[in-house]
Amino acid sequence: MLIYSLKRLGIAVLVAIAVSLITFSLLRLSGDPAAALAGESATQEDIEYVRKQYGLDRSLPVQYLDWAVKALQGDLGVSIYLKQPVIEVIKERAPVTMKLGGIALTFALLLSIPLGVLAAMRPNTIFDRAALTLAVFGQALPSFFFALILIVIFGVQLRWLPITGNASWQNYIMPAIALGYYATPAIMRLTRAGMMDVLASDYVRTARAKGLRPKVVLFKHALRNAVIPVVSVSAVQLGFMLGGSVVIETIFAINGLGRFAWQSIQRSDFQAMQAIVLTFAIFYVLATYFADLLNAFLDPRIRVTG
Amino acid sequence: MAMGVAGAAVLALAGSPAIAGKADNSLVWATDREVNVPLPYFENVREMVVMSRMVWDTLLYRDPKTFEYRPQLATDYKWVDNVTIEMNLQKGVKFHNGQSFSADDVVETFNQVSSPDSGVLSKRNVSWIKNAEKLGDYKIRINLVKPFPAALEFLSGPLAILPKGIWDKAKTDAKGKKDYGTIPPIGTGPYKMSKVVTGERIEMTANKDYWDGPKGKPSIEKVVFRTVPDPETQVAEILTGSLDWIWDVPKDKAEDLAKTGTLTVKNVPTMRVSYITMDHAGRSGKKDNPWTKLKVRQAVAHAIDREAIAKNLVGGASSVIHSACYPTQVGCTQDVPQYKYDPAKAKKLLAEAGYPNGFKSDIYAYRQREYTEAVMGFLAKVGIKTNLKYMQYKALRGIVWDGKAPFHHMTWGSSSMNDVSAITSHFFKHTRDDYCRDPDVKKWLDVGDTSTDPEVRKDSYKKALTRIQENLCWLPMFTYAKYYAWTKDLDFTPTPDEIPRFFTAKWK
Repeated sequence: MLIYSLKRLGIAVLVAIAVSLITFSLLRLSGDPAAALAGESATQEDIEYVRKQYGLDRSLPVQYLDWAVKALQGDLGVSIYLKQPVIEVIKERAPVTMKLGGIALTFALLLSIPLGVLAAMRPNTIFDRAALTLAVFGQALPSFFFALILIVIFGVQLRWLPITGNASWQNYIMPAIALGYYATPAIMRLTRAGMMDVLASDYVRTARAKGLRPKVVLFKHALRNAVIPVVSVSAVQLGFMLGGSVVIETIFAINGLGRFAWQSIQRSDFQAMQAIVLTFAIFYVLATYFADLLNAFLDPRIRVTG
Repeated sequence: MAMGVAGAAVLALAGSPAIAGKADNSLVWATDREVNVPLPYFENVREMVVMSRMVWDTLLYRDPKTFEYRPQLATDYKWVDNVTIEMNLQKGVKFHNGQSFSADDVVETFNQVSSPDSGVLSKRNVSWIKNAEKLGDYKIRINLVKPFPAALEFLSGPLAILPKGIWDKAKTDAKGKKDYGTIPPIGTGPYKMSKVVTGERIEMTANKDYWDGPKGKPSIEKVVFRTVPDPETQVAEILTGSLDWIWDVPKDKAEDLAKTGTLTVKNVPTMRVSYITMDHAGRSGKKDNPWTKLKVRQAVAHAIDREAIAKNLVGGASSVIHSACYPTQVGCTQDVPQYKYDPAKAKKLLAEAGYPNGFKSDIYAYRQREYTEAVMGFLAKVGIKTNLKYMQYKALRGIVWDGKAPFHHMTWGSSSMNDVSAITSHFFKHTRDDYCRDPDVKKWLDVGDTSTDPEVRKDSYKKALTRIQENLCWLPMFTYAKYYAWTKDLDFTPTPDEIPRFFTAKWK
């Protein structure tokens, strides 16, 4: 297990480095960061002054190494617009996005896994078709549109839930549903397919033949194995949610990392953009790393062959 | 589809009153932008321009209706010569922290913001100031770098007066330098800043000890600015009463909101103008450049029905302009050659220019794509087939500066400065935005920009504006207008300078 975890951790670190390198190059190649920093009314002299001041006149590899060394020491640069160290802004806003992502994923799992299990137990019935339709609807419906529908119904007409901000737990309900619903079909279909496979397998037939109660067969033997691909997909979906949080946080005016990412792009705040992409990459990589560990725990065969 | 959903909600809620703001004498307003530094000089988004007027006062006050300059923290002003202004100051005014206002505050503010390492974002606002001197406890002198008649515009606009000693409270940044964008927000204005949550909200409370100035005493006790980035969400919040005031409402939503009966919805002019530039100077260097031919440019002027675009796409408050300036700006005149919509004449002019079957060209634009598409439609009708290159402002600006955009459709807001020097002089003094490069125009603009005699300025600017329209390197299109929506119970008057004056608003 240890060797497996170390292997996976090594790959995770390499992925994070690769993402930071690609982002770094793309940001500097897609426009003049010095002009962006200097602002709209800057003269050519102002731009050259900024270029020197921020070390943007050095070669790209030197700039990258300088940034990487500082990043390892926790210095991710200063946001031009917020005039604060980027790491402080990320520490302030990341928990909001992670909370939103976590609640959204929980909602998705609480909806999809039971639906998938029940659909697998009654395959090709009207119940199965209804569950599939509900799930596919979640994927077909753009999340921003679904968010607006929720706002109109629960915020404006019924006035049950607050619409904007993140002051209380009620503020997270609509955004989490809007964000999580998108992940429902993938998880539900995978659960359903996995359960159907497992329920038809020899060892489950043996467990039933041994006289074990249906609940024990379902939860202790069948679900544990059927859920392995779901764990991996959930990690990927959490990654999508971090990206999707840009839209949802904007619609619900939640002051999280997704919105900060969007604002940094609009303002060409390239130091902030670099740091945010790295942060998202690390979350994503950590999520898949823990998913791999969880899978290895659930299925010992993975530890040996993985 | 999203708009239809929002529209349905709007109509469903017709008749539900929102009275929270009135009940506790508060006002919540929102826009889609963040204010990260709650200070003038160090944050230049429009929303901070609005809040600057609430929390700080300036030496002069520009009347929002007549655009005249009236006394405020200065009781009078005198041009000693064209690079020196002397002013007497108001007595009995206090800052929010109890400090008394006097000459020291003005002198320290101006010397600080005009110094090279001040960190002020819009250098243009302060680069005309050489220094300020104290002549007495309530008398000052401002020395200018060079003659700059628009000084009055700046003294009544962005140049807020901060208390002396406040600059010492600046925090030091990571590089060991003083960051003046961290000083406390203290002014003499009708509102005090009471709470700032970066990127989310700024709360202001009425200054009960506000002096008796041209802004008047504030009626609303608490004003809260919130950032709500999505326009649909803003609409939802104003319907539920969580917001009392929004602007920049898209036209279709504005029309729906007007039907609810609980909101006042108005289309208000702004100082932003739309214009088309044609490469008269041949900067793009192309061999057969139709834009260098006067008759082609005249054809374009006659081909586009600007009135139709203004009324149907922009809004009722938008109007066609004929001159390269905003009509109320000092030095602006509409008494220049004008071009009527006449597509037949346009076709004739094209034929005379050697393009009987028209020609093809790229057209560059960066905002309100539908306005440019309307322009393209009109041009196609007379044979000019255009290919739209639509991109982000910053990207297009670079291309324009490089001289590679011979035909572009853009806008300019003049930063709400009510002076021709903020627009015409920006575009026609042979700088990187200038596709005319007319030496006479530059000469006349230089005279206007450096004289303090209003008649000399008027005359020079008129000559420049007339020549610009004779040459048609710029086709002025129309003024922008935006939709505002506010709770019906709120007594609020919008102004064309896009600076909502919440300090004069009150609940009915």
